[in-house]
Amino acid sequence: MTMQTSAPLISIEDARLHYKVGGALSALRGNPPVVKAVDGVTFTIRRGESVGLLGESGCGKTSMGRLLLKLEEATGGAIRFDGEKIADLRGQALKRYRSRAQFIFQNPFDAINPRFTIRQTLSEPLENAGVPSAEREARIVSVLELVRLPEPRQYLDRYPHQLSGGQLQRVVMARALILEPDFVVADEPVSMLDVSVRAGVLNVFRDVRDRLGLTAIYISHDLALVRYVCERTIVMYLGKVMEDGPTEDIVHEPLHPYTKALVAAVPVPDPNQSHDALPIGRGAPDPRNPPSGCVFRDRCPHAFDRCSREVPHLRQTGTRHVACHLFDRTE
Amino acid sequence: MTEPLLSVRDLKVSYKVGSGRIDAVDGASFDVPRSSIVGLVGESGCGKTTVARALTRVIADNAAITGGQMMFGGRDLVTLPEREMNALRWRDIAFIPQSAMNSLDPVYTVEYQLNEVLRRRGGLGRRDARRRCEELFELVGIDRGRLSDYPHQFSGGMRQRVAIALALALNPKLVIADEPVTALDVIVQRQILDQLRELQAALGISVILVTHDISVVAYICDRTVVMYAGKVVESGTMQATLTEPSHPYTMGLRNAFPDLQGAASGVLTPIEGAPPNLAFPPPGCRFAPRCPFVLDTCRTVQPPLEGIAADHAVACHRAGEAATLREKAARIETWMGRAVA
Repeated sequence: MTMQTSAPLISIEDARLHYKVGGALSALRGNPPVVKAVDGVTFTIRRGESVGLLGESGCGKTSMGRLLLKLEEATGGAIRFDGEKIADLRGQALKRYRSRAQFIFQNPFDAINPRFTIRQTLSEPLENAGVPSAEREARIVSVLELVRLPEPRQYLDRYPHQLSGGQLQRVVMARALILEPDFVVADEPVSMLDVSVRAGVLNVFRDVRDRLGLTAIYISHDLALVRYVCERTIVMYLGKVMEDGPTEDIVHEPLHPYTKALVAAVPVPDPNQSHDALPIGRGAPDPRNPPSGCVFRDRCPHAFDRCSREVPHLRQTGTRHVACHLFDRTE
Repeated sequence: MTEPLLSVRDLKVSYKVGSGRIDAVDGASFDVPRSSIVGLVGESGCGKTTVARALTRVIADNAAITGGQMMFGGRDLVTLPEREMNALRWRDIAFIPQSAMNSLDPVYTVEYQLNEVLRRRGGLGRRDARRRCEELFELVGIDRGRLSDYPHQFSGGMRQRVAIALALALNPKLVIADEPVTALDVIVQRQILDQLRELQAALGISVILVTHDISVVAYICDRTVVMYAGKVVESGTMQATLTEPSHPYTMGLRNAFPDLQGAASGVLTPIEGAPPNLAFPPPGCRFAPRCPFVLDTCRTVQPPLEGIAADHAVACHRAGEAATLREKAARIETWMGRAVA
C-alpha cells in the first residue's frame, strides 16, 4: 500500500445532498420533509490512498460515492478533484473527468447490458473517448488480462449470461479501468458474489490498485472487507461522518459507539471466537426523522443529555477524527 | 442418541431441462437432530435450495424427487400422499423463502397476512388469531401497534422478523430458512441471527439454515452439511467441520473468508474455477477439477461419504491425510494457477 504525503487528489468540504421528499401537500403545510442523504461531510483523499466508506444501508455511503463521481449534484458544499470544483466542470473538462473517475457497480448482473457482448461492453467507453477502432481490441485484451481473466480472447464474443458472477465482476472492473482512470469508487463489488469467488475479485482489486497507483474508495457495510482493501476507513451514519482514521486502529480500538457496534457485528468464520453482545439499540436509522443533536443517540448505549442538545463535530483524537461528545474534553 | 427429527437418505432431485435431465441433488444424506440448527452450506447451484424446497415438496414444475427417503416423525415425506403432506406444511414444517422480506404481499397489512395463515391453515377463530398475532410480534420483538402496517412501512430487518413470525405462526417443529440474512447489513444480520437462536432454544424447534456464508454457520449452527455440485461432501458437528475441515472444498471455503481477527497482511485464498455443469458432471469426484490435491482416482471414482470420526463424515479419497492437506490448503500458492471463476 502506498503512503504519500502529497497534496490531496480529492477534497470534500461540507458536502451536502438533501432530497426533498413528500408531495405538494406537505409543501403547502410549509415544512416539506427533507432527507439528508449526505449532511456536512468533510474529508480529503491523498493521491494513491484507498479509503473505505463504512456504514449500514441509508448511512449515505453510496450517495457520497455518487457525489464524488458527479452522478449526483451536491446541494451544498464543494468537492474538488485535482484542485478543480467538479460542480463547475463543463464540456471537454467534464468529459475528461468522466474518464478519470470511474464507478464499479455492486451487482455485475445488473451493471452490464445483457444484449452486448463483452467486446461491445468494453468498446463503448473507448469509442466515447475517441480511441481509434484499430486500437480497441488490443486495449480490451490487455485490460482483461489486468483483471486476470485468463485467455481473454475467448470471452470477447460471449454474452454476460454465459459468464459466472466472478468473471462478470471482473468485466465490470475492466470496464471501469479501460480508460485508465486515476480514481475509482467501488460500491460493495463482491456482495452479490459467492464467498468462494469473492477472494479472487478482492485480490484483483488490490493488485490493480497497487499496479496502477489508483486512488480508490471502497463502499461496504462489512469492516472485514474494507480492512482487506483500505488503509483508511471513514464510518458514516445518517449522512454524517462518525469516525475517520487508519483502518487497523479502527479494527483494534474503535472509538465511536457506532463503530464499536460495526466492529462487534462483523461475522467471524472461526467457531472458537467469542462474540460480544451487540452494543447498539434495535431499530434502524430513519433518515426522514433523525433525532436532534447526535443522529446516533437513539441507538447509542452511552447517550447522555448533551447528545440530544448538541450536534457533535469531528475532532481529532490521536490518529483519528471522531464525532462524539464522549471524546470531546473541551467541556 | 435419540432419533433425529428429520433423517434424509440418498435424496435425489432432478430437473427436466429441454430433452435432458439435471440431477441437482444426487444422493444427499444428513440428519437434523431435535432442537438444533443445521447449516446447509455451499455456493450457488450446489443444490442447497433444491434440498430445502424438496423437504416441503414445493418444487418447480420441471423438478421431481427421483429417489431417497426423508423420514420425519416416522413418516417418509417422499412417498407421503399429497393431502397428508399439505397438512404438514406450515403446521410442522415451515419455510422462510430466500429474500423473505420481498415475499410479503405489498397490498395487505402484515396482520392480514398473519391472519390468513392462522385462520385458514391453523383454523383459529378471529379472537384467537388476533391474540396469536400479538404474541408472534412480541416473540420477534416488534411493537404490536405495527400489526396494521404494510410491508413497505418496515425496514429490511423488520420485514425479515415479520417473515420469521409468519413461519412460526403455527408452532412448527422444523423451520427451513433459505439465506435469511444474505441481503442484510452486518448489524441487522447479527440481530436476526441472535433472534433466531433465541427463538429456536426457547421453542425447542429445529432449524435448517441454508447459506453460502460460513461465518453464519460458525455463529449460530450446531451442525454443518456442506454441499457441492448436488452432493454432500462433508457433514458433522459445526465445531468439527469448521475447526478441522476435512474436505478440500470446506478448507477452501474456510480460507476464502476475510477474518477481522487475523493478521492484517494476510492474503485471501479464492477457490479458483467454477462448479461443474450438472448436465455433464465429472465422472469421479465433482470437486476434482478445482481441487489442488486431486489424484488420478479422484477423476474416475466417486468418493463415498464416510465417517472419519464419531460425528464427522467426509466424501474424499484423501480424507485420511486431512491434517496435512489442511496445512497446505492454508497457503495461497496451493490454490493458484487454476481457471478463474
